[in-house]
Parts: sequence; structure tokens; C-alpha cells
Amino acid sequence: MTAAANLPGAVTPRGTKPKTVFAPRNIMLYGTLLIFSMYYLLPLYVMIVTSLKDMAEIRMGNVFSPPVEITFAPWVKAWAEACTGINCDGLSRGFWNSVRILIPSLIISVSIAALTGYVLACWRFKGSEIFFGILLLGAFIPYQVLLYPLVIILRELGLFGSLWGLVLVHTIFAMPINVLLFRNYFVALPEELFKAARVDGAGFWGIFFRIVIPMSLPIFVVSGIIQVTGIWNDFLFGVVYTRPENYPMTVQLNNIVNSVQGVQEYNVNMAATLLTGLVPLVVYFFSGRLFVRGIAAGAVKG
Amino acid sequence: MTHSIEIKELKLAFGAVTVLEDLNLQVGQGEFLVLLGSSGCGKSTLLNCIAGLLDITDGEIHIQGHNVTWEEPSKRGIGMVFQSYALYPQMTVEGNLAFGLKNARMPRPEIAKRIKRASEILQIEPLLKRKPAALSGGQRQRVAIGRALVRDVDVFLFDEPLSNLDAKLRADLRVEIKRLHQTLQNTMIYVTHDQVEAMTLADRIAIMKGGQIMQLAPPAEIYNRPVNKYVAGFIGSPAMNVMEGQLDAGNSEFASARGLSFTVKGYEFDGAPTSGPVWLGLRPEHVQSGKWAAGQPIQREALVDMVEPMGSDTQVWARVDGQEIRFRMDGQEKVDIGDRVPIGFDPARLSLFDKSTEIRL
Ligand SMILES: Nc1ncnc2c1ncn2[C@@H]1O[C@H](COP(=O)(O)OP(=O)(O)OP(=O)(O)O)[C@@H](O)[C@H]1O
Ligand SMILES: [Mg+2]
Repeated sequence: MTAAANLPGAVTPRGTKPKTVFAPRNIMLYGTLLIFSMYYLLPLYVMIVTSLKDMAEIRMGNVFSPPVEITFAPWVKAWAEACTGINCDGLSRGFWNSVRILIPSLIISVSIAALTGYVLACWRFKGSEIFFGILLLGAFIPYQVLLYPLVIILRELGLFGSLWGLVLVHTIFAMPINVLLFRNYFVALPEELFKAARVDGAGFWGIFFRIVIPMSLPIFVVSGIIQVTGIWNDFLFGVVYTRPENYPMTVQLNNIVNSVQGVQEYNVNMAATLLTGLVPLVVYFFSGRLFVRGIAAGAVKG
Repeated sequence: MTHSIEIKELKLAFGAVTVLEDLNLQVGQGEFLVLLGSSGCGKSTLLNCIAGLLDITDGEIHIQGHNVTWEEPSKRGIGMVFQSYALYPQMTVEGNLAFGLKNARMPRPEIAKRIKRASEILQIEPLLKRKPAALSGGQRQRVAIGRALVRDVDVFLFDEPLSNLDAKLRADLRVEIKRLHQTLQNTMIYVTHDQVEAMTLADRIAIMKGGQIMQLAPPAEIYNRPVNKYVAGFIGSPAMNVMEGQLDAGNSEFASARGLSFTVKGYEFDGAPTSGPVWLGLRPEHVQSGKWAAGQPIQREALVDMVEPMGSDTQVWARVDGQEIRFRMDGQEKVDIGDRVPIGFDPARLSLFDKSTEIRL
């Protein structure tokens, strides 16, 4: 065939190959994408429509039909009135608890991880590799093994049941993965930059704040997102290490959804679940691009 | 305070690997010293020791008469320029220049004055507001030099500053560095593995190998009187002819290599000559050919094996009494494989090395 095409005078097609929209390749590709997005979006759709119906409409049984009459009452109830067994002030209490847990945990864990990564990458000391190895090993220890020892530690520190105890736990569990992220990112920064900064009289903190941090926005974003979603979605630590008045949003959500008094208010449950998922969703929405860039930067530089 | 830099018995080891050992070096005030050697010989390591970027294992380092062995890099009165420029990417050129001065808590007007002076000398005034990413390689390296310049240091340290630049820029910047040295009269230590840079810039060259300084001498001496076979082969392009031979230290000091034999009258021996196996070194450019062969003390006929025309001159591989020799001919002269060409050379320009120690005789 190619031989014929190369013969002088043979008519050879020129220009780019015309595209057929319904080529088998495209059908396969977009078909698969469509099915997978349906798979993920359908439950979300059901949740949204259900949360906007009243109970009478829900009892009619068609979960896929859009609401005949849109009502925001379930959302209001989920936020402010739903009962969690003890209190009846909805998810709002849990939301603010989660915020009060999230912000210090986020700041403390990311700061300590960045600083530890910086030391491990740029100021190696005798045994720093071993230290890093042990830290990484921590990532493989199942949480369940550590649950009870941590209860004892928190009790001894007088932090058990308080928000700060939970902050401490989140910080500890954030270390392996986040230190790894920061260390690997910092190791890939050019070494001569540190040498130049030292000749210029910058010390440990000077180099960290003036040279390293300004160059590392993507990895801070990655670490931040991992921490925000991880801490916000946490259920286990919240249940174990805090008292009911400090329960995070996830735990309160569970208590609302699983409360057995009266009828199951599906619309309120759906609204409550969506409310709880809102924070990670918003975070992903606004920082997705940076997140990908940070992950990719880390990957390319090894 | 006669020496600008004095290094005594320096030893540096990375764990079990000793990179520098028993290294002694003295650099005079305002001297331009080039550290030259092949990759991995410890040039950068030595420079980093002087800068204080590496903690040395043993020994002492003095700069301008002060013992700075355990002093911070910024307190040593040195400025450093790196191969990768190492500019702070998030700062403007001005910010890069000011960084060291701000760290030293210098008053603002003084900072501005110094940046102005440095940017005038290096002609980077129009670039001051730009970020390094918006600069060409040559401009970046100028800024990097400026960063050392504003700090008003006694000693400049360069670690292969021109290696990342293309050939044309490299030649330009080389001249600029030389001019800078003439203007400032600072002590400069310059690491390179480019012998052209070394020969053109240096007051003295230190040839390094395996963490030791093989020879420390002005460029002309390194070229004319290499202390050993390694230095002889390292300096000069094309490389020196090094022939296996024999020295007969009788009354007329007779040397031979294969069939080629001649007296070495006029050669300056370092000590009393002794008979024995030797390496005979003869630089290609010291072999005269054609009509210029006539005036030379030793004259032979060469049978041409191969020619490499380079325009300005032609490199010729030839056989002289059975011994292979490489030499250069004028590019205008016609020469072909199989031709017989008269050649001549002066034994005074030879280099003789002991066969086993490879040290100059
Ligand atoms: N951190 C380190 N740990 C162990 N060995 C090292 C370390 N840094 C350098 N070396 C070794 O020290 C030797 C000298 O290295 P150095 O960087 O000084 O070489 P160089 O002469 O500057 O080479 P180049 O011309 O390639 O820059 C090399 O053999 C190198 O492998
Ligand atoms: Mg080097």
C-alpha cells in the first residue's frame, strides 16, 4: 500500500485526516466517561432533589423525579433544628466545632510538617535519614493500634476530650505523609540556592521564610488540601477523642441520620450530608488547578 | 598579612570518603587563582571549604589574616558565583542584589548606592526591576556576579561560572571577568575545567587531581614545564605527544623512542640526569615542518599517516623513524597522506618524565 502511494502520479491524500465524530474510538472513550460520570453524579443528583422535596412527596416513592414544589425547609432544619440525641440545634454546632478543630490543626500540622521537611532536606544531621525512615514507617501503622495508647497519652496530658487534644492527634497523624511531601519537594530545589543564601548571610529561618517558602506555594496547597479534607472528613478521631459538646460535623451528621426517634426524614438527612460535604467540595473547586500543579511538580522533580 | 588566603593541612572527608587531604595553598593579595582539573577531582569541594559551606575535617583556613576555619560563610568576606547562577527566583534583580546587604542590616541609602555602583560596572541597570526568569543566561550570570560585588568582599569565589553559557557568551563574559579583576584588584579563585579559561584568566593555575594539587604555577610555566605526565597531558590542545622511550645519560644525553633517537642538548634537567626508561613529551605546536624545519636542532623526515584540516592550521599524524607523532602545519600548506614532510624540533622544549614516577626529569 505504501509502495503504491509513493509511486509518482499516484493520488495520495493530503492534509490532516478528516475526523469522524462517531469513530469507534470516540464512542468508546466518551461512552466510558459518560457512564462513569453518571455513576458518580447520579447519587449526588438524588441527594439534591430529595433534599429539596417535602416528606409527602418523598413518600410517593420516585427518587429520580425532580421536586414538584421546591422547599428549603429541610436545609434549614438540618442546619439549625435537627436533633442529635441531646441537643436540637442541628448541624450548626458541629460545623463550628469542625471549624474550630480544622483551623488550628491545619495551621499547626502544615507548619510542623513543612519545617520538619525543610530540616530533613536542607539541614541534614547525623541520623536524619533514620529519623525520616522511622517517620515514614509511621504511615504504615494502622490507626486502630494507636487509638488506645493515644487515649492514655491525652489523659496524661490533661487534653482528653478537649478540642486541643484532637488538634494534637490530627497533627501527629498528619506527619508522615506531609513531611514526605515537603521533604521531597525541598530536596528538589537547587542546592546552590541554599549555598548562595548562606553566603548572603541568611540563617536557618531566613532561608526558610525568604527563600524556601516563596518557592513552594504548590506544595503548601497540596498539603493544605490533604489536611483540610482529611481533618474535615475525620470521624474516628472525633468520636474517640472528644466529648459530645465538641463533636465535629461528621459525628453530628451521623447522630442526626441515625437518630431513631420518630420517622426518618430523608430530606433532612440528605441536606445535612450535603452541608457536611460542602467544605471539601469548595476547597477542591477553588484549588484544583494548584493541587494538580503541586502534585505534578513533585512528581517531575522526583 | 601577606597572603589573602592561606590554607593549612586541609582535610575533608564525606564519611569514609576522603576527598581532600593535606592540602596547603597560599593565595596572594589580588591574585587570580584558577583551580583546574577533571570532573570529580575536588575543585568545588575546595572552594566550598574556603567559602565555609562545608565543615572541614581537619586543618585551618585563613582569609585576610583571620582564622575563619569555623566562621559562617557570610562572615568570611567572600562572595560566591555559581554555575547555575543560583538567583532567588521570587525576587527581582534588585532584590537579589540587596538580599545579602539587608541580611547584614545595612542602611537603605548605602544599599541603594552599592546596587547603583555594581549595576553600572556590570551594565545591568535596565534589568533591576526584572525577575531572574526574564533574563538571558549571560544576564543572569552578571547579576550573580553583582550579588558578590555589592557585598564589597575581599575574595571572589567562582565555581564554573561560565559552563552553562554558549561559546560566544562565554568568551565575552570571560573578558569581562578579567576586566573586573583588573578594576577591582580583588583576590579571585576560579574553578573551571576549561583550560582556555584557565590560561587566559589566571595569574597562577592549580592543577588538581584526586584531591591534590599537582602543580601550582603561572600559566606559562604550567605549559612549558609541566611537573608530571598528568599535567603535561592535561594542558595543551591538541594534547602533547607522549612517547615511551629511553634516556641515555652519557656525555651527550641521548634519548630515543622506538626508531627515533636524538640528543637532548639544551634540555634543562631538574636534577642530574640518569639513564633509564622515560616518557618523552613533545607538544604538537613545537614541531616545525616544511621550510621552518630547517633551523631546528633536530631534523627528520615524517611520513604522513593522516591529516585533519582545520582551516587556520592542519593537524597531521605522521611517522618519524617508526615513532608516531602528531603536529600542526600551516593551513595554507598542501599535505596529503603518504607525503614525506621535513620536520624539526628543539629538544629544549621537550618534557622528559621518569617512566615509573612520571615526574619531570
Ligand atoms: N556530599 C558528598 N558526599 C560524598 N561524596 C561527595 C559529596 N560531594 C562530593 N563528593 C565527592 O567528592 C569528589 C569531589 O567532588 P567535587 O564536587 O569537588 O568535584 P569537582 O572537581 O568540582 O567536579 P566537577 O568538575 O564535576 O564539578 C567527587 O568524587 C564526589 O563524588
Ligand atoms: Mg564542581
